[in-house]
Amino acid sequence: MNMLTTKQQEDVLSKMTPNPVKISGKDVCVFYGEKQALFDVNLDIPERQVTALIGPSGCGKSTFLRCLNRMNDTIDICRVEGHISLDDKNIYDRDIDVVELRARVGMVFQKPNPFPKSIFENIAYGPRIHGLVRSKSDLEEVVETSLQRAGLFDEVKDRLHEAGTGLSGGQQQRLCIARAIAVSPEVILMDEPCSALDPIATAKVEELIDELRENYTIVIVTHSMQQAARVSQQTAMFHLGNLVEIGDTDTIFTNPTDQKTKDYITGRYG
Amino acid sequence: MNDHTVKAFDDELHLLVAKISEMGGIAESMVARSVTALISADKGIGQAVVAEDKMLDALQMEVDDQVVLLIAKRQPMAQDLREAIAALRMATDIERIGDLGKNIARRSFQIEDNLPPKKLLRGLQHLTDVSLEQLKDALDAYAGKDLVKANAVWERDDEIDSLYTSLFRELLTYMMEDPRTITYCTHLLFCAKNLERIGDHITNLCESINYMITGDYQMTAEAAE
Repeated sequence: MNMLTTKQQEDVLSKMTPNPVKISGKDVCVFYGEKQALFDVNLDIPERQVTALIGPSGCGKSTFLRCLNRMNDTIDICRVEGHISLDDKNIYDRDIDVVELRARVGMVFQKPNPFPKSIFENIAYGPRIHGLVRSKSDLEEVVETSLQRAGLFDEVKDRLHEAGTGLSGGQQQRLCIARAIAVSPEVILMDEPCSALDPIATAKVEELIDELRENYTIVIVTHSMQQAARVSQQTAMFHLGNLVEIGDTDTIFTNPTDQKTKDYITGRYG
Repeated sequence: MNDHTVKAFDDELHLLVAKISEMGGIAESMVARSVTALISADKGIGQAVVAEDKMLDALQMEVDDQVVLLIAKRQPMAQDLREAIAALRMATDIERIGDLGKNIARRSFQIEDNLPPKKLLRGLQHLTDVSLEQLKDALDAYAGKDLVKANAVWERDDEIDSLYTSLFRELLTYMMEDPRTITYCTHLLFCAKNLERIGDHITNLCESINYMITGDYQMTAEAAE
């Protein structure tokens, strides 16, 4: 008889009992000035799973992602309607502290963007300003565990005080992920995290995503169909600002329902 | 369905369909001629069929190579991926059908001077005709991506099975009546068994077609609706 590994068992179980919803979007509409970018999007993000957002350029997937930690607030002409709740609390309520929200919902961008500081300071900055650490040794521990979780510690442990910008692209991106993890977020948003990386660095980030989902809820925007198929458990397909299909990843990539999804993932779009 | 943005991808998929159809055509003709060789004890036809099997083997390897290359180069998804996988499976089944045809053809070498009476051959010819019709319909269903047709063929496999069973009984009766017929009746029995096996491979073809079109493994009557 074949024995399932713990991870396989968890995978089977997670298919049988869907994880509770971490983030829920209800009738989300987004406008940039007069132009509407998202139309009544209803999408639930399950806890401790990877949700991939796919679709052609300009389909609204990044716009939706940015709604989840109110990054769109930084754009003057942007207006968000509808409800987005994190653990059943609407994140657009007036009493929400946006800084705290962004600590709970971290973000990793397309281009690695480490601060122009040392590797250590890149990680230490967040926990320090959020008051998450009491002592220097606490801080050192947070830096080390964050780097370890991001799979970067062994590569940088001897040069923690060198500039973060001196690392390779792939290492910089994992540094950014470590930086996001350092403030103990619940959700990590990733906007095309591998598009500037080579295949080896990409594989390391994907491996990391797979490990991170044990503890974090992850939402990833990607243009690589194969990446979405590899790393996610749930996939949402956007087209012209509409959510056209949502389903478990295995089904979306082998037997999608919507014609637009079929065309897009098989390379027949446009 | 729309064309791919990358035209070469379409060409490669079309080529795959053409290869499978070509293999199907060869297998069809091999089976038909193998039974002719057996019935008319024509060694020449039998040898031609045996030689043709090599061609079918080579084509199956070509399909294998093409599918592997397609997966490596294009990373097909959804319908495209299922088409590639279906081609891989169908090539295997068609190659097996060819093998069974070759087995029948080989029997023609052994019963040359021992022609069975015509009435014994009628049942076998009928079983052959039905099997070939099924094979042709399955290949048409593949070329036309016709789910209804594939389902119809799949459901008709019972017909081949019952024809085989009745032929088996008939041959058994002859052998009991006249033990001198045992040798060639046994050959005919193996031949009938091979045709019955061909029927099974035809149902596999239908299942692959069903998977290619619907993404489901399970063949159901409702799927055709």
